[in-house]
Amino acid sequence: MSRDLTECFERLPMLVNDNQRLVHRGRLVSVDLLIGLGDIPYYVRIERGRIATLTRGPKLMGIWRFAVRGNAESWRKHWQSVPEPHFHDLFALAKRGHLVIEGDVQPLMANLFYFKDVLSAPRRLTGEH
Amino acid sequence: MAARIDPIIGRYVHLTLGGREHRVYFEEAGRGIPLICLHTAGADSRQFRHLMTDRAVTEHFRVLAFDLPWHGKSTPPEGWQNEEYRLTTRSYAEAIRSFAAALELDKPALMGCSIGGRMVLHLAIEHGAEFRALIGLEAADFQEPWYDLDWLHRSDVDSSEISAALVSGLIAPQAPQAARWETLWLYLSSAPGVFKGDLHFYRVDGDFREQVGKIDITACPLYLLTGEYDFSCAPEDTLRTARQIKGAEATVMKELGHFPMSENPAQFRRYILPVLERIRAAG
Repeated sequence: MSRDLTECFERLPMLVNDNQRLVHRGRLVSVDLLIGLGDIPYYVRIERGRIATLTRGPKLMGIWRFAVRGNAESWRKHWQSVPEPHFHDLFALAKRGHLVIEGDVQPLMANLFYFKDVLSAPRRLTGEH
Repeated sequence: MAARIDPIIGRYVHLTLGGREHRVYFEEAGRGIPLICLHTAGADSRQFRHLMTDRAVTEHFRVLAFDLPWHGKSTPPEGWQNEEYRLTTRSYAEAIRSFAAALELDKPALMGCSIGGRMVLHLAIEHGAEFRALIGLEAADFQEPWYDLDWLHRSDVDSSEISAALVSGLIAPQAPQAARWETLWLYLSSAPGVFKGDLHFYRVDGDFREQVGKIDITACPLYLLTGEYDFSCAPEDTLRTARQIKGAEATVMKELGHFPMSENPAQFRRYILPVLERIRAAG
């Protein structure tokens, strides 16, 4: 796992919480989820569209309602400023087996615009401009 | 100052489809060879507004696009409140052929996108002689599903939001923001269950893998064009389909996704104008 990639991802609370438009879009969202970056699980608590906590795992008996897990290369490609085909969208990644979406995905599906923007937010930092 | 008015005219035609009366909305612009355009699932004819205002197209083609029943300004037939909408190969083909017959279109060309592209293949298989040329955008004989359709119509998920959010990933990153969000607006405007009902044709009723080999392009030329960012109908799906059809042409369009005509009209015209020119040259 590249340190750059994890450092970049760990800035997710700032990237989301400083984005008023995104927080507004997620104002009805409060949920615990797991984001897998390679073999590192991150436990994310969202409260009314803001990331309240982001905790690097593993941790015992962590709680999450749904999980989005991808290998490091998939996330890296997803976060490029102009991603290549099949790495540009969560479901494109999932269809090719680069990403697994599992658990009770109702909050994800009910707020899909919001979560797509949250999960692509590191693009602002890692993009190859 | 003179008002800026698009040269698009919208009207309603009354069609009998499945034995029931329908009032079908359509728009048209231009003069010359009739070119019927079929919108994607869960959307409507507004997707073709750029083509209809492109003089390079309308100088030679009479571009027509209708809203399928249940879509856009084509209201569902009487009694709709007691049924679940489901598009089938049969009902889709009937709508297209009835529209062409009602307007007395003389051997039109036809272009369809997504489910419209899939329908292009069916028309090529069964009714090719009725058309001057067929253009399939984002078309394949079969595509692997990438989500459970039941998410499109539930009480705990807004159907318009989920429809638009799902298809948002099918648009290429290079699409201008205004065009991207106008494309999505059509999905945000669609009635509950309609997108899902369209995809019944896609997922359940319209697997043409065993039939596309029968297509005879000498009876009707067939052009297939797919955006490189389309992962629903991926380029390899279109190329695989084209390989089954002797003489078929398939083009992978750069920097485009599943909605080429509306997500990036300037990029799309680079690919579609040469095709239209060939159709015109063939007479």
